[in-house]
Amino acid sequence: MAKGVWIVAEQRDGTMRKISFELASTARKLADQLGEEVCAILLGSGIEGIAGELSKYGVDKVYVADNAALEPYTTDAHATAIAKVVKENDPSILLLGASIQGKDLSSRLVGKLATGMATDCTDVKIVDGKFVAIRPMYAGKCYGEVVISSTPQMASLRPNVFPIVENPKAGTVVKFDPGLDPAQLKTKVLEVQKDTSGKVDLTEANFIVSGGRGMKGPEGYQILEGLADVIGATVGASRAAVDAGWRPLSDQVGQTGKVVSPNLYIACGISGAIQHLAGMSSSKYIVAINKDPGAPIFTKADYGVVDDLFKVVPELTEACKKLLAE
Amino acid sequence: MNIVACVKQVPDTEAQIKVKPDGSGIDESGIKWVMNPYDEYGLEEALRLKEKFGGEVTVVSLGPARVMETIRTALAMGADKGIHICDPAFDGADAYTTATALAAAIAGIPHDIIFCGQRAIDDDSGQVGSVLAELLGIPQLTIVTKVDVDGMSIKVIRPIEGAQLLIEGTLPCVVTAQKGLNEPRYASLPGIMKAKKKPLDTKDAAALGVTVDVKAKVARFIPPPARAAGKIIGGDDPTTKAAELARLLREEAKVI
Ligand SMILES: Cc1cc2nc3c(=O)[nH]c(=O)nc-3n(C[C@H](O)[C@H](O)[C@H](O)COP(=O)(O)OP(=O)(O)OC[C@H]3O[C@@H](n4cnc5c(N)ncnc54)[C@H](O)[C@@H]3O)c2cc1C
Ligand SMILES: Cc1cc2nc3c(=O)[nH]c(=O)nc-3n(C[C@H](O)[C@H](O)[C@H](O)COP(=O)(O)OP(=O)(O)OC[C@H]3O[C@@H](n4cnc5c(N)ncnc54)[C@H](O)[C@@H]3O)c2cc1C
Repeated sequence: MAKGVWIVAEQRDGTMRKISFELASTARKLADQLGEEVCAILLGSGIEGIAGELSKYGVDKVYVADNAALEPYTTDAHATAIAKVVKENDPSILLLGASIQGKDLSSRLVGKLATGMATDCTDVKIVDGKFVAIRPMYAGKCYGEVVISSTPQMASLRPNVFPIVENPKAGTVVKFDPGLDPAQLKTKVLEVQKDTSGKVDLTEANFIVSGGRGMKGPEGYQILEGLADVIGATVGASRAAVDAGWRPLSDQVGQTGKVVSPNLYIACGISGAIQHLAGMSSSKYIVAINKDPGAPIFTKADYGVVDDLFKVVPELTEACKKLLAE
Repeated sequence: MNIVACVKQVPDTEAQIKVKPDGSGIDESGIKWVMNPYDEYGLEEALRLKEKFGGEVTVVSLGPARVMETIRTALAMGADKGIHICDPAFDGADAYTTATALAAAIAGIPHDIIFCGQRAIDDDSGQVGSVLAELLGIPQLTIVTKVDVDGMSIKVIRPIEGAQLLIEGTLPCVVTAQKGLNEPRYASLPGIMKAKKKPLDTKDAAALGVTVDVKAKVARFIPPPARAAGKIIGGDDPTTKAAELARLLREEAKVI
């Protein structure tokens, strides 16, 4: 019978990604309720050394495939390797990140393992011994409880939603052969263009300062960058701002942009159209700064300031600077 | 070049979604249905490749009778033929089953590239393209913002967190479209007239040889957690309001 809660850890350039610790901590919680083991799969080249980091968050055993064909990530190579080790070990639950890589990989695995998956979950739990996953649907306009009748029961977890909990274990590392035939690998990464700004991606950011049409133009964003620098935030935008060419597409938050779950989302000059709310309503705290008291964003905001953003934001930046210096 | 575009009909992005009182599903009354926005990008790219290389674009859609309108829209935009997979057996199908049906329909026609949206904006599962690729035994290139085809080789751009990848693959393959890929065209009036005469096949589960085996099921639908009404920060001027906001973020919310 299928047994064990497994995760697929994610690393980039030999550094473990935060989502891996979110997955490990969540898997530990589920496994404790089931009285089972937590195992992780870690793939890449020259990555064996970082396997131990997972044990700090409750992983008992890390299955490592260290192979040049696994770096950089391609769907072909990773899905093949994971399907192999999963079939050999028959876990009951398999968790992945709903990161860009995780989305690509997990869906291919659904095909390879012929199982069901709940994607982009905001909660997973054990109810009466059964795995239940909660996921937003219709862009967060409703939620669904998904049950899966085949194994492994797969779920991908939305980044930045699940808490990281330290729970050190004496973890072991098990090496496995990914079983790759280079002739079977049909895609290749030719080039990686890194964003050198050093900013955390919106989907993983703890703090986001976002601006909409109310910013009036690309220059307006300088005051948002100023606030973002002080509180350590990433700058986002509404579709109106992106379509106007003020900000790059990668900054768009919303139904056809990025879904974000920061601790704090500060919306400046954004009306709060339903498609924008779809992307940010799972933020822990929402602040709205808008001169129109009737703007729908205020119905979602924990804190609202009705005023001209060009006057409020610089003052807020100064106030935060002062508080943080104390 | 033979190109397939999978299109799904979904509720309009403005639609209010109400969960049925017994949690068994959503109330579909009064919903306006549209083509999934990501599928518009996929279809547009399919049409551009056809314009460049010649060949045919086939649109495939699974869903009830109303889905026919979306297929007609795709034909009016310039697709050549349509396949409508229609069978009540597919009600409540999961991604795996949906992909199985699409794969069966597509396996039967010539295909060099298959376009899907990166996700459908109703169920938001984002799985169908990849499962389809696996079932057809071909590579996938997902969430892409640029496509470049040269002979049997394809190059795409995929933005990931903090970087962009240039990935090369071989045809046939599945590509899933992300916003930014292109600007979808509108159906023209002559296009709408022509669409009426274009071939449109309807197939059921038996014709495709597909058995429905749902593996992931939504057991219960729940309304989203309500956000408690927030605080509007008072004050005489922007300076006091900003100072009060900063104080609340630090002392009450404890986020900064
Ligand atoms: C299929 C589809 C998908 C979409 N996807 C997305 C998406 O992913 N993301 C998204 O954001 N939108 C999306 N939209 C667009 C969405 O419907 C709205 O048009 C958009 O979100 C509006 O952006 P905005 O709030 O910046 O602009 P507006 O609605 O124009 O709001 C600007 C706000 O700024 C305020 N303002 C102006 N000046 C000031 C000032 N000096 N100080 C303070 N406040 C000021 C105004 O009061 C107003 O509330 C989508 C639409 C469709 C049809
Ligand atoms: C509210 C709700 C929540 C659900 N949650 C889950 C879940 O968590 N896991 C699960 O496995 N199933 C789930 N299901 C079942 C769900 O119906 C299937 O996932 C669905 O059939 C396909 O997934 P999708 O619509 O999200 O498509 P996606 O995988 O998001 O769609 C990607 C692309 O595939 C193509 N495509 C998808 N469907 C069709 C179609 N019918 N015709 C033509 N092309 C299509 C389109 O190009 C589309 O852009 C859910 C169903 C409902 C109603």
